[in-house]
Amino acid sequence: MLKKKKKTGLIFFPAFDWAISPTHPEREERLLYTQDQVFEEGLLDFENIIEFKPGLATTSDINRIHICVPDANSVITESHLISAGGAITAADKVLQKEVDNAFALVRPPGHHAMRVVHGARGFCNINIEAIMIEYIRKNYGPKRVAIVDTDCHHGDGSQDIYWHDPNTLYISIHQDGRTLYPGSGFPEEFGGPNALGTTINIPLPPQTSDEGFLYVLDNLILPILDTFKPDLIINSAGQDNHYTDPITNMCFTAQGYALLNEKLSPDIAVLEGGYSIESALPYINVGIILAMAGIDYSHVREPDYDPESIKQSDDISRYIEKLATGIYDLWKSRESIKEKLVGNAEYMKHEKNINYDTDGIREEQEETVRICNDCGGFVTINSTASTGNRIFAVIIPGQSCPACRSEGEEIFASTDKSDFNYIYFQDRDRDIFQVVK
Amino acid sequence: MILGIDVGGTHTDAALIENFKIKKKAKVLTNEISLMDSLLNVMGEIFRDEDSLDLKRIVLSTTISTNAIVQGKTERVGLILASGPGLPPSALKINNDTHFISGYVNHRGIEIAGIDHDEVSQICEHFKKEGIEHAGIVGKFSTRNLKQEIEVRDIINNNFKHISLGHRMSGHLNFPRRVSTTYLNAAISDLYTNFVKEISKFLGKSGPKLPIYILKADGGTLEIDKSVEYPAQTILSGPAASIMGILSLTDCRKDAIALDIGGTTTDIAIFADGIPLLEPLGVTIEGHKTLIRGLRTKSIGIGGDSRVKYESNSIVIGPERDGPAAAFGGPSPTPTDAMIVAGLTNIGDKEKATAAISPIARRSGRPVHEAAKMIFDLTCQKIATSVKEMIEEINNRPVYTIHELLEGKKLIPQVLNVVGGPAEPMAEHLGKLLECPAHIPEHAEVANAIGAALARTTTELTLLADTERKTMTIVEEGLQIPIPNVFSREDALKTCKEKLFERSLKMGAKKEDIDMETIEDQEFNMVRGFYTTGKNIRIKVQVKPGLITGLGKGQTIC
Repeated sequence: MLKKKKKTGLIFFPAFDWAISPTHPEREERLLYTQDQVFEEGLLDFENIIEFKPGLATTSDINRIHICVPDANSVITESHLISAGGAITAADKVLQKEVDNAFALVRPPGHHAMRVVHGARGFCNINIEAIMIEYIRKNYGPKRVAIVDTDCHHGDGSQDIYWHDPNTLYISIHQDGRTLYPGSGFPEEFGGPNALGTTINIPLPPQTSDEGFLYVLDNLILPILDTFKPDLIINSAGQDNHYTDPITNMCFTAQGYALLNEKLSPDIAVLEGGYSIESALPYINVGIILAMAGIDYSHVREPDYDPESIKQSDDISRYIEKLATGIYDLWKSRESIKEKLVGNAEYMKHEKNINYDTDGIREEQEETVRICNDCGGFVTINSTASTGNRIFAVIIPGQSCPACRSEGEEIFASTDKSDFNYIYFQDRDRDIFQVVK
Repeated sequence: MILGIDVGGTHTDAALIENFKIKKKAKVLTNEISLMDSLLNVMGEIFRDEDSLDLKRIVLSTTISTNAIVQGKTERVGLILASGPGLPPSALKINNDTHFISGYVNHRGIEIAGIDHDEVSQICEHFKKEGIEHAGIVGKFSTRNLKQEIEVRDIINNNFKHISLGHRMSGHLNFPRRVSTTYLNAAISDLYTNFVKEISKFLGKSGPKLPIYILKADGGTLEIDKSVEYPAQTILSGPAASIMGILSLTDCRKDAIALDIGGTTTDIAIFADGIPLLEPLGVTIEGHKTLIRGLRTKSIGIGGDSRVKYESNSIVIGPERDGPAAAFGGPSPTPTDAMIVAGLTNIGDKEKATAAISPIARRSGRPVHEAAKMIFDLTCQKIATSVKEMIEEINNRPVYTIHELLEGKKLIPQVLNVVGGPAEPMAEHLGKLLECPAHIPEHAEVANAIGAALARTTTELTLLADTERKTMTIVEEGLQIPIPNVFSREDALKTCKEKLFERSLKMGAKKEDIDMETIEDQEFNMVRGFYTTGKNIRIKVQVKPGLITGLGKGQTIC
């Protein structure tokens, strides 16, 4: 198999001294066998695969995208700064053209971390992709970014963060939320009023195999990407769709992951979940690295690989075809849906109940966005958590219009401080983050 | 007394050392056709008025293995690879006699597919028909379970003069490197074995039971009879000899830089707290990336005899060498000529040097003296830049724990040691550029021989214990043994150190020189479902490169 070789950056940080708890899936051992396989294959000896040490993200990088309560340092450990820093290193190497693409094979993951962070949910504290993307925009100018999240769990955190951003296309393929944590990610979740159609959810039924994943890639994701024309494609490379994963029910394989990567051709891939640490991760990761580097991956397979035994049923194939058609039709009619949804409203309000399963916290949130045709619209958030913290935040989006900025600033200035423990102001374009206690 | 001999490409050096003082040194031209002849000549020089019977040991650093590989004087090797899933065979095939078999083990050392005996026998028959007498057997993850390599060897055992097994080469993970190391080991085994026989016969005459050692690429020594099993370890011992020489000639217990500035190239080495740094995995020779432990050196194409050109308004130095410096009758201007013109050294014919530099001065519109100074500055700058890059590379090496990332040691060199022809005129300026005091060791002209003479025996061992599978592997020793129900990381470390001690003695070490260091010490809980099912313990210990004991701390042999 002759392929065009690419220069691929690898940021490998297995954090061999960090775990959520000793027997937690997110523990020291998670990338041990992946490291063994990557080393034994000698991948780092390839001229076109270059390993980089991760940098450290800073609290400013976090505050550019998150509202951490009470502050960033209270919700993270060093490991989070390194995994976000690893993603940032990957981005720097790609944007500075040192490499053609890069894979941040780092932990802990981030895609369940939402805009407001009261604690950890779904093993995630901070959203490492979002931190990376805003770092890119800050340092390399405004970019249209597409995130294709292939983790088996719906990336509800990434969706929340980019819900109102028309310049970030968030596409998630995951196991149907009726059968798996976090229970969201249905096609009707389609983006906020100013960004309809830039959130796309593709919930696949349990037992979907390579065929189903590649079908939605070819018939739904790639066509939408063609229209969106992103400057950068990010793969949130979760690996828990694998047929051996202990906490999910899908039938994806190492070959499938590699082929998906080859077709999607992401500029940056960032590891998310994936907990079949011995039977799947070593092979998936070798497959992804080889695919990104344009090296023959046809011999990468799991020891117990048997395509017949994990083949999806005809029913599933039909279901997925119908699903893909439905989502594509919905996406094509995004403009007309907006008219119906928004009407004459000037603001739209959205109430959320958020569960932090990892830290056992509950949050009630009211999010308001200004309807705007010129930018993503400024957002205010009123959030109360079971920790006792009550906060208010004003967020001015990137590439904001003057009206959204001045109105947002006014609201921040006039909010009654006595009602809240903390009030936050975040302005992406000016890279301003302020807290009032 | 100890005798160190370094057979280099051009010269063969010898140094006779008594009570850590240099008693005598000698330098003769290397006879490329006959290594024995070179040895005989240099020993003749050394022993002209000496009684050789006083010798306690002889250490040899030779180019025999390196030259065999570089000149392609190697044996044909049949390779049998159990490559399992991963890279395609096309990426692993290193010669036309590479054959792939179906068995393999996984990352934990669990046998996933068994060896097909018929398949192996057929390959063996094919090798015999082809007249192949040397074989290599390498399995993916054979360092985790060596059983399959042994199984294949037992099938083909009686059909070959020599068989090299992958797991014996190194405990490191890296299948392609294990393949090339095994290949090289088998390919030079005949030649090397004959060399050892000849040497033993030749030196045997000098005295009864004189211990003879061979210098390895990692700057350590190996008893000559033991070296027959690992001939590949003896490649690239020249640069190692030079680094060990500098170590013995300087008070170098800090982070330091060592430069060997030659005619064509400059070799850079780095010491961390006085210990020469090793290549992370192994040395590279003739495009073969290997698992052969070796000192970390970087060779750049700039030396005293590099050709200096003036091209598109700038001065270009090296990497070509057209011959000696113009001052010594060479065809092109060189940094050496520039140093002569700039008055930094008094060697050679200054008129010839000036004549060679003049055209460059004219074209760059400068007086000849100024042009010479520029060439000198640029030469120093280029070397300094490469040194800085190498240090940065070392400081940026990837680490895999939060602790190492946040607390890891950073190299900050305190001393610059310079040897080689142009050391005298260049050292001070290089020191300024690198912001550390420069030092030129005495006896540097025979540094290699001294380094060989005083190097200690080095070796390393890798232990992997899997308490769920209740087995422990110490792969370099070919050990795979059951472990008791209770087996801790402390037990593993203790076992590994005991075995390393035994191995060091076998390799020829003196007890007092076995300075052990733990280079990897990790323990992982293996959790399946929500229960801890065992521990995965990984230990690597080594006897690090260094000098034999006898020298006090901070003491040099001069």
